[in-house]
Amino acid sequence: MPVNSSHTLLTGITKQDPRAIGRAISVVENNLSDAAEILAGLDPKRIENALVLGITGPPGAGKSTLTSSLISELRRRNKRVGIVAIDPSSPISGGAVLGDRIRMMEHALDKDVVVRSMATRGRLGGLCASAGATVRIMAASGCDVILIETVGVGQSEMDIIRLADITIMVLAPGFGDDIQAMKAGLLEVADFLVVNKYDLPGADALRMEMQQIFVQKEEESNIPRVLETIASENSGIKKLIDSLHSFEAYIETNSIKTKRRHEALDSETLDWIFEILRPRFTEQLKKDSNPQQTDPRIRAQQLIANTPNG
Amino acid sequence: MTTPYRVLIGKPGLDGHDRGAKFIARALRDEGFEVIYTGIRRTAAEIAATAIQEDVDVIGLSSLSGAHLRLFPEVIKELKARGAADIPVLGGGVIPDEDMEALLAAGMKAIFTPGTPAATIIKSFSDACEQ
Repeated sequence: MPVNSSHTLLTGITKQDPRAIGRAISVVENNLSDAAEILAGLDPKRIENALVLGITGPPGAGKSTLTSSLISELRRRNKRVGIVAIDPSSPISGGAVLGDRIRMMEHALDKDVVVRSMATRGRLGGLCASAGATVRIMAASGCDVILIETVGVGQSEMDIIRLADITIMVLAPGFGDDIQAMKAGLLEVADFLVVNKYDLPGADALRMEMQQIFVQKEEESNIPRVLETIASENSGIKKLIDSLHSFEAYIETNSIKTKRRHEALDSETLDWIFEILRPRFTEQLKKDSNPQQTDPRIRAQQLIANTPNG
Repeated sequence: MTTPYRVLIGKPGLDGHDRGAKFIARALRDEGFEVIYTGIRRTAAEIAATAIQEDVDVIGLSSLSGAHLRLFPEVIKELKARGAADIPVLGGGVIPDEDMEALLAAGMKAIFTPGTPAATIIKSFSDACEQ
């Protein structure tokens, strides 16, 4: 692998060179020494102006297919699009099979569609930091809209999705108890609910049920929040994007977008704090290989107290 | 913590038999690799463009259709055209002995045929990533 200076990578990002964008994301994801320099050199104006969409939902609801049809429609509207597709790593081997691209291959040769698959790498922290930095690199390369796609289960996914300006939850008929389980969590943070696979039986009932949950959100913004799609046939996609743009205007005028960006910045910062401190404490743990203290909390406090600053 | 290697597994051309490709993808995952799987029926250009976006350390191609002599070198050509000739390409499938030399001469790092032990294949991927 050729070694690229951060300056070369930054120039490449501005010129929308796919190799430079891909390399820069790796440098940041792997927290290599050039990461800070790259992130510091990104165009803040472009980052501010990009729209970040979070797409989540249970496995099999059609997130990747919906993402692909959203890409098609955004491209028709001359938008450059970035996609961060997140899948879980194996907790045993640490490896992962990242297959979200399969449904997006029709865009593989489009230079204005930047896709990056990312594994969770079993981190408690760090994923928010990596995903957030990837969004910034894509935005700095001129992406107008960036989609973060992740399976909607678990706290870490919820944290990632909150990096987005607008969150879309994708459901499909026939998930039953999964949807019941999600009501308490992600449904509360979702701005939009997409009932995908609308040609399947049970779709109408699901939409009506969801509309009851979203009735308050719809009333406060006067924008439809529960929408139907058949992503595999590109059906309902235009209306979804129109609604997303109306909602974008709505959250810009009442400062919700600014507030969300501040919150995202805080959670990314906290994540970076853990990322930056982790190597130091991993080192301390190794040195303390035969611990006298067997209570983890007390041991942690002692390690922090005994770790040099800086 | 070491950083996982990133691998692209792709099937160029028209054959739709992806059992081998998926087997290798899973075997690599179980050894700690991050595997980007592109699915079947990809063009060489799609595979090269994807490998660059995903910044993979190595590409593994699978072909069972007999078109490997054309399809595998085509991927190498597309990588070169995109300034990514440094990404090593490995290949596997139903490949007669007499085609091996031509593929290696075309720039393939290694070729695997039916019966190659998974451990040998994984070792080749690791070696290619380390280079």
